Parts: sequence; structure tokens; C-alpha cells
Amino acid sequence: MTHDELAEIRKAEQERKQKYKHKINVCMASGCLSLRSDLVKEAITKEVDKECLADSVLVSKVGCVGLCSQGPIVVLETKGEVREGITPEDAEAIIKSLGAEHDGGNSNELVDGVVLRLDSKFFTRQKKIVMEHSGLIDPDRIEDYIAVGGYESVLDVLTEMSPAEVIDQVTRSGLRGRGGAGYPTGLKWSTVAKAFSSSGEKFIICNADEGDPGAYMDRSILESNPHQVIEGMIIGAFAVGASKGFVYVRAEYPLAIERLKIALKQAEKFGFLGHNIGGTTFSFTVELRYGAGAFVTGEETALIASVGGQRGLPQQRPPYPAERGLFGRPTLINNVETLANIPPIIRNGGDWFAKIGTEKSKGTKVFSLVGKINNVGLVEVPLGMPLREVIYDLGGGIPDGRTFKAVQTGGPSGGCIPAEHLDLPVDFESLQQAGSIMGSGGMIVMDDASCMVDVAKYFMGFCKSESCGKCIPCRVGTVQMHAILERITDGTATMEDLGLLENLCGLAKNASICGLGQSAPNPVLSTLRYFRDEYRAHIEERRCPAGVCKFKNAGKDVYEEDLEVRDETGTSS
Amino acid sequence: MRREPRVKTLRIDDCDCAGREDQTVLDVARENNIRIPTLCQINGLTNVGSCRMCLVEVKGVPKLLTACTTMVWEGMKVVTNSERLHEYRKMILELFFAERNHICAICVANRSCELQALALELGVDHIRYPYLYQALEIDSTHDKFVLDHNRCILCTRCIRACSEIEGANTLGMMRRGVNDKVITDLNQPWGESRTCTSCGKCVNVCPVGAIYEKGLSRTESRREHTFLPYLTIMRGER
Repeated sequence: MTHDELAEIRKAEQERKQKYKHKINVCMASGCLSLRSDLVKEAITKEVDKECLADSVLVSKVGCVGLCSQGPIVVLETKGEVREGITPEDAEAIIKSLGAEHDGGNSNELVDGVVLRLDSKFFTRQKKIVMEHSGLIDPDRIEDYIAVGGYESVLDVLTEMSPAEVIDQVTRSGLRGRGGAGYPTGLKWSTVAKAFSSSGEKFIICNADEGDPGAYMDRSILESNPHQVIEGMIIGAFAVGASKGFVYVRAEYPLAIERLKIALKQAEKFGFLGHNIGGTTFSFTVELRYGAGAFVTGEETALIASVGGQRGLPQQRPPYPAERGLFGRPTLINNVETLANIPPIIRNGGDWFAKIGTEKSKGTKVFSLVGKINNVGLVEVPLGMPLREVIYDLGGGIPDGRTFKAVQTGGPSGGCIPAEHLDLPVDFESLQQAGSIMGSGGMIVMDDASCMVDVAKYFMGFCKSESCGKCIPCRVGTVQMHAILERITDGTATMEDLGLLENLCGLAKNASICGLGQSAPNPVLSTLRYFRDEYRAHIEERRCPAGVCKFKNAGKDVYEEDLEVRDETGTSS
Repeated sequence: MRREPRVKTLRIDDCDCAGREDQTVLDVARENNIRIPTLCQINGLTNVGSCRMCLVEVKGVPKLLTACTTMVWEGMKVVTNSERLHEYRKMILELFFAERNHICAICVANRSCELQALALELGVDHIRYPYLYQALEIDSTHDKFVLDHNRCILCTRCIRACSEIEGANTLGMMRRGVNDKVITDLNQPWGESRTCTSCGKCVNVCPVGAIYEKGLSRTESRREHTFLPYLTIMRGER
């Protein structure tokens, strides 16, 4: 593949699309697909055929549009409208509404689906780099990606740049790892590039083992535009001198896997993977590895063990994977979102990227908004945007007239940020100062009906069952912490228990091997910091301010009632 | 071409020490008679740093590092016995005692148990956490040995000895978290294992009363602490 050939494909594809007067995009990412958006697309295609509009209306399958709560989503691109909750029965009305435009009629009444304009705040307040083409192109067609400038960066890098120049651009961009820790990507790349490998072999691994409760950014990126991640991997491999790449993706993401497989085949067919890519001496292949579903394998060293066929257990660092990773060779591990940032950075230059975001946190971040929020879905915002804007402008606020209480960021490794910190800018440092972390980008919004002790208990329960068991502070510490939280929420704890809980938090934080154990106490510590009075109310007054926790005494009544019911049924049968 | 390891100078507690760059902090500390408590570590097997007993503070490193897996570097300043470390070690021992059945009075390893010895050394006399005590089975199907999961501290010494020294790979681990369990072959009864060579190395390395010889208490059974390093040296580079 040369630049000219690529340009030819791009031109042909763009011309093909321009032929059509209307474009209808049907979201076919996991969320909408689970609501049978495939049937919606089928119905619309049928309707187009029936009305003999196949020459003027293009119906295509696309990736995630962002509004995942109200699927299936259909985007009428030419009209600038997004319609939610479409059923196959709406197909006729949708096609009719295309014509209605010319009548100047009120087309919105024709379709049941709620109509959101593409120029509404939800879309305009976002800044899309990673998700730029998501919801606009068909993830299963490499031509679609090439049409929007895909794979150009790879050819540019291979033919015009040296590895050092690539790393320089990434360093200048200020990109930080999007997997959670926020380690400077350029620094990581240059460390691996400089690492000595006795066999000359180096590896690159794409971490697609997303496991935070409430987070699905990586899944959506892979489902919506797998090529962008593959392109990022090729550039990374060239920069650090790796000849082999692995995508470690969890087996719970069947659609992402399917689309990755198709994308890898196409990339190979078009000559972006394999021997002598772009006519240069650089060769690179990518293999898939499926994770069996363990939260701990998101940790670099555990992930490497798992890719290598071992039990997914973390290791004490140093040595770091950059020095001794997969099969003992220097290994570059980057998260899906980090790699997806690479092609735009190369295309537009590191300085362009560095202008977005805050001084220390550059670029954008994809967040998945879930919980008690109106617009449940994916958003991509420049770093440094105040939390309030993310929740109220993009998220549309709290439903049912309730009030905002806290937002949980960073998953089980993160913490809860209360209402008084709503004006906090969302960046790595600010979140950390507030006792939470950016994490991979899950945001669970909670209203005043949530009990924070209960929330902490939920996350500790998650960590308890996801602990690999290698080191004792995490293996037994999480169980003991969970037991104490359980005692608090059922009204049998004493203030002494609270002291024990805090001691255990300190131990797990400082003495565990890996990030999972070290960050497991974070939800507890952050809720203790901001909602200590709730803990006190549970312990000293035996009441749950939010009315969520059922105390032992109350539980007894239920149990007795239960027994009576059983007796009755026993006698009647 | 193999490069000769360089010599590094470092400071452990108040003692100036010299160590080769391929030595761990623990190695150098032991050479200099500085005691760092260990449990999962045993000479002759790879170090995994899972029991966290040998955690040390290293100046300039925000995290605590395990002495058994950290290689020495030039100018390193190590603290092995601060108030904080002592407190953590005690807590870790408490968690071990709370995890499974470690009632010394009824244990075959009583008075020859490394967990018991450490608890005595560090002054653990109370367990502040509720005992978890899962009811686990005892596998006595093997002709010579018994595996009592209730006493196991999951240090994986037996698994490492079986795979690294004997090469049989009979022992392994299944499940995760507190449900971790040492298994033989594919979770079959030990007596039915066709890979076990009955070499007894696992018995020899078990620090507690989880694996023992039938009919003998741990105090009676003879344990050779030097044979693993000896075997490793005699076999040369693995």
C-alpha cells in the first residue's frame, strides 16, 4: 500500500457516499444491538427498497453514537437529527420524514422516538478525538475508515519519520495513559525503545481488559472503530521496535472481538499488517488473546502472565514490563483509548494535542456516564472540564427531580466525589487531590437516595471476589474490610470496628503487591472522608440516613414474616 | 557474552553493605546479619514476594518494596525495621491467623512452624479480626503424605518446589482470592495423581502444618533446609 493507492481508495469511497442525498446511520454497538437495532436497520433498508430510494438514501451500520440509555438510536445525518428508541415499525415514518423536509412540514411528529438535534448541548459540548469517527463509519468496513483519513498516519510514520521522531511527537503531545494511572505515554515509549533485548525481540500489548463496574469505553471504541486502535498499535510498534503485538481483550466482549477479528483481517489484506508494511523493511503482526474475565489482569504484570499462558498473577515491580515483560522481553503495554489517541496525534502533530486540556492533563477523555443521570452514555470531553458541566450539561442532570449526592469515578480503584466538589475540573491531579482517580473513565452518578456506606460495601465486595489471592493484605484484608462494612450496614458494628477498618485500609494500600490491592480501600477512604457522618449514623444511631440499609432488627421481622408465609403454604399443600 | 555482575554499595539500617547487582536486598541483609522476617521465601526457589513479611522502606521510593525480590542498586538506603513496618508485619500475621485454622495446640506442626515462630518473634498475642475458618477438606489419599487445606497459608512454596526442583508440576493452584486452593493435578485426590513422584520436597518446604508425613508430627519429621540450594547449585544453571 502506498500513499497514492490509499488516496485512490479514499477518493472512491468519498465519491460513493456523496452520491446519496440522505444518510441514515443505525447504531449497532452492544447497547443498541441488545435492543435489536439490527431489526431496525433491516426494516429501514426494506422500506428504502420498497420506496425505490436505494439510489438516494444510504442506510449504514455504525458504532456508538453516545446516548446508550435510549436505544436503538438512528441518526439522520443530513437532517442533523438523532432519534431515540426507534422500533422496526418506525421505519416507514422515518423514511417519510426525509421527504417531509421539502414540504417544510413538522416532521418530528411523525416518529415516536424522542428527537435530539445534533446541535444540542450533548453533542456540541463534547470534543471528540478518540471517538471522532464513532457513530459515523461502519466498523466492519476498512474503506469507511480510510475515507476519513485512516491509516494515513501509519504510512506517514513508516516512510517519513524515524522512531525517535514518532516518540518525540507523542512526548510533545503530553498524552498520559488512559488506563487509569496516567503515566506519560511518551516516556513509556522511549523507555521501551531504549530497553535492551538480547534476542532483539520486543512486544506491544493492547490492554482491552476493561473490568471496572460501570465502564465500557474500551468496548465501545473497539466496537465502533477497531481500525483506529490497530493503527495506533502499528505506530507504537514501529516507535519502540516491536515486531509482534497482542490485543488482550476480555472474552465477555464478543462483539468487540468479532469486529477486531474482521478489522485485523482487513488490515492484513490491505497490507497494513504483515511483512514489509508500506513497502518498508518494517514488519508487524497482531494476535488476539482472550481474557477469561479477571479484574486483576488489567494490571500490567498480571496481564503479561496471562498473555504468556500463565495464571494471571501480578508481580512485584521492579523489574518493570518496559524492561522485562512478556517472555522476559521489553514490552510496551497501552490501554485501548491511549492507542486510539495516537493516529490523530500523528496526523495533527503533538503540539495540536497539547493545546487541548489542562497544563498537566492534555487531550480529551472518554467517560461512561451511568447511574442516576438522564443521558446515560459515552461522552468525550477535553480534560479540565468541570464535573458540573459533565453531569448537568452533557449528562442532562439527575432524573426524577432528585438531587445530586456524589459521583464515583475510577471504578473500584477510585472514590466518591461529593456535591461540594462539583466545580472540580476533571483532570488527573484534581481528582487525585479529591481522593479519587480518573481511572479508565467510568462515572457512576448517585442521587440522594444512595447510601454511601452501602456503595463502599459494594465496591469492597467486588474487590474481594476479584482479588487474585497472591498476597495476603489483599486476599484476606478485603474480606475483613467487607465484613466490617457489612456489620456497619446491618447495624451491628461498633466504633472500634471503624478503627479496624481504617487500619486495614492503610495495610492494603501500602502492603499489597499490585494496583488492585493498593487501591481497593479507595472507595472506603473517600466515603469516610466526605460522608463520615453517615458511617457514624449507622454505628452510633443505628439508622441509615438514605434508608437503604436494612438493620438486623428490621431484618428479623422480615425473616419471621417469611417463616409464617412458609407455614401457610406448608399447611395448604 | 555474559557480563560479570558489578558490585554495589548500599546502606541497610545502620550498616554499610556491599552486594552484587544480581543479589537481592534480602541476600545482602542476611550476609550482614540483619534480620528481615520472611515466610514465603525459601532459599533455592524463585522469590515471589507474596507474604509481604519482608517489606522494607527504601529512601526515595514512595512504595514499600519486598526485600526478597528487589535487587540492590548503588547508594540505596534501606530501612528494615521501622515502627510502621513492624505494625504492618503484625497485622499481616493476624490476617494469616484469621484466614484459616491455625490453632497451634491441635496442629502437627506445633513448635516447628514458621508462622508460629514469627508470631512469637513479633509479639502477636491477639487476633483482632473475626476468624474466617472455611470448612476445607483434608486430602489423605496419598500413601505417605497428607494435605490439610485448613492449615495452608498459600505461600506456594510446595508448588514452586514441585515445579522448579522436582519438575513434576503435580501441585498447582485453583480459584482466586480467599478461595485459593492448592491442588494436585487437575484437582484430583493426591493419591490418584499419576505425576506425583512422592519425592517429599513439598513436605520439606511447607512452613506450616499443611503438608506433612503420615503418622509423624512436624517436629519428628526431619527437614533439610540446605538441600534445595544444594540441588540448584549441583544442577547448574537452570
